[in-house]
Amino acid sequence: MTATHDIGPGPAQPSGRRAAEPPPGMVERRGASLWLTHALLILGVLVVFFPIWLAFVASTVTQPEIARPPMPLWPGDRFFENYREALLSGVNVPVATMLLNSLVMAIGIAVGKIVISLLSAFAIVYFRFPGRTFFFWTIFLTLMLPVEVRIVPTYEVVAGFGMLNSYSGLIFPLIASATATFLFRQFFLTIPDELAEAARVDGAKPMRFFWDIVLPMSRTNIAALFVILFIYGWNQYLWPLLITTDPSMNTIVMGIKQMFPSGDDIAEWPVIMATSILAMIPPVIVVVSMQKLFIRGLVDSEK
Amino acid sequence: MATVELRNIKKRFGKTEVIHGVSTEIDDGEFIVIVGPSGCGKSTLLRMVAGLESVSDGEIRIDGSRVNEREPMERDIAMVFQNYALYPHMTVRQNMGYGLKIAGTPKRQIAAKVDEAAALLQLSDYLDRRPKALSGGQRQRVAMGRAIVREPKVFLFDEPLSNLDAKLRVQMRLEIKELQERIGVTSLYVTHDQVEAMTMADRMIVMNAGRAEQIGKPLDVYERPATLFAAQFIGSPSMNVLDGRIEAGEMRLGSAALGPAPAGLPDGPVKLGLRPEHALPDPDSPLRLRVRLSEPLGANTLLHGQLDQAEAPFTACLAGVHRTNGSGEIIPLRVAPEAIHLFSPETGDRLN
Repeated sequence: MTATHDIGPGPAQPSGRRAAEPPPGMVERRGASLWLTHALLILGVLVVFFPIWLAFVASTVTQPEIARPPMPLWPGDRFFENYREALLSGVNVPVATMLLNSLVMAIGIAVGKIVISLLSAFAIVYFRFPGRTFFFWTIFLTLMLPVEVRIVPTYEVVAGFGMLNSYSGLIFPLIASATATFLFRQFFLTIPDELAEAARVDGAKPMRFFWDIVLPMSRTNIAALFVILFIYGWNQYLWPLLITTDPSMNTIVMGIKQMFPSGDDIAEWPVIMATSILAMIPPVIVVVSMQKLFIRGLVDSEK
Repeated sequence: MATVELRNIKKRFGKTEVIHGVSTEIDDGEFIVIVGPSGCGKSTLLRMVAGLESVSDGEIRIDGSRVNEREPMERDIAMVFQNYALYPHMTVRQNMGYGLKIAGTPKRQIAAKVDEAAALLQLSDYLDRRPKALSGGQRQRVAMGRAIVREPKVFLFDEPLSNLDAKLRVQMRLEIKELQERIGVTSLYVTHDQVEAMTMADRMIVMNAGRAEQIGKPLDVYERPATLFAAQFIGSPSMNVLDGRIEAGEMRLGSAALGPAPAGLPDGPVKLGLRPEHALPDPDSPLRLRVRLSEPLGANTLLHGQLDQAEAPFTACLAGVHRTNGSGEIIPLRVAPEAIHLFSPETGDRLN
């Protein structure tokens, strides 16, 4: 059969392995080296996980317990109280509100970026219009301009439109994406031309072809990008900090910083830590639930 | 079902002209094969008929009406692509029904037509599979099925068998031919394989460098090739072409006389075309083949070497098993004078 027949996940087949040897793996290890590998991996996980564990512990104890050294290493009994306080009242505004704001913004950015870049990549790849390459390179050039570089003029524009303290102000300035456009362009270029021609012979108009053929074929790429862009949107800090002055429009990532006390106020560390833990949950859910699609979207495309 | 008319079709990409005016008329239900080496413009010609490529000059008529400006779907054609071009995310059923779905055919009718085509192509068991889970031959059949369900006026095939292995190719060749005869749709079929052209075509168009060198029935082209190119392209192994001359009404190759020349040809140099299968062993013949290599195929034996009288290499195809003593053997051969093709050395056109 042809090479395209079986791209799906299957057992790895290392070349040159003789029949009597143990089950396949990328690199085979046995005995001491196997244990050593695992020990190192576990150590690595512990190192990475430790700060998160500390944050969790801090979110389950009382304020005096945190302030008194040494810091506790095992969870306390204030889990429900602290989290209830964070979610429902918070410091400036309930965390539930900030979570909702972040969710709207992250989904808005991810979906908006995907829609816009899908359409622009489709235009650039499948239509011959004057200045096609020029537009592509213009889009490509903006890759080199991060949000921070154009933040002052963008602020001017958004303020001029009266979009401060609004979801549209949070979402729209971040919605155009050169990276995603570029990725989709590269993917579309790998779709054989004959497919577009077959659709044309079948009578599909361009947008029909887009809906029926291009979009379903891109779905793993879309999923992968959604994960990346959701986290990108969720983690936005500087932009929400600039344009949301009303606490009820705060997003959670910047909200955590806003919770820090100014001057002589006492920081409510357990609540802040509970907020941090809560802020981590949605991205984790997105990554874990879309993991399969995500990996597939990054490693192979259905052709 | 329909007639197709090509009137002096030309294609230019920028300033380069790649097709220099092809004209032919295709009858209702006829199977036409366009054959030629790669880069001769055969696929471009087909894509112009399909409407995937614009026509620079000339006119294409399907069923008598001009279609130059029409979109592919408005031309009522169906096309089978070289790499099948099946939609990878759709099942076989969806693939075959997609054109009808776009045309707004009622669902029940689509299902009935797809089932019918699937039965015809022995695909009924695979209707719910994705193309990924099919073999090459099955994918090929799905691509055909997609063409059939539309009930188009014209089928267009763009090298549909070149992605298959040799054995499957022979089988699919028969299936396509059989199917076309059964449903009787006018078909244009592009290939670079002269065997496909010979076996499938009602008539074939031999193309070279953007020109139709010869248009005719396969056996007519084989027996009376109009140009040197057609002579060498059709037939396997290909025709031997040697520099000879006509002297006093006799064809001569070097010192050897090959028999009387056809009447009315002036003396002078000519290109002699000798088909390998027309060379017969004859101890009395002056043509002597010095064998360099022998290829025993069982049913016949190919002998490659050189004639004493000519510079160019010569291939003979002798019937049956022929055991040689290896390289250097000398075999006298005879070619009947009436089997010799004569071409003009300047234009390559047929003389006799």
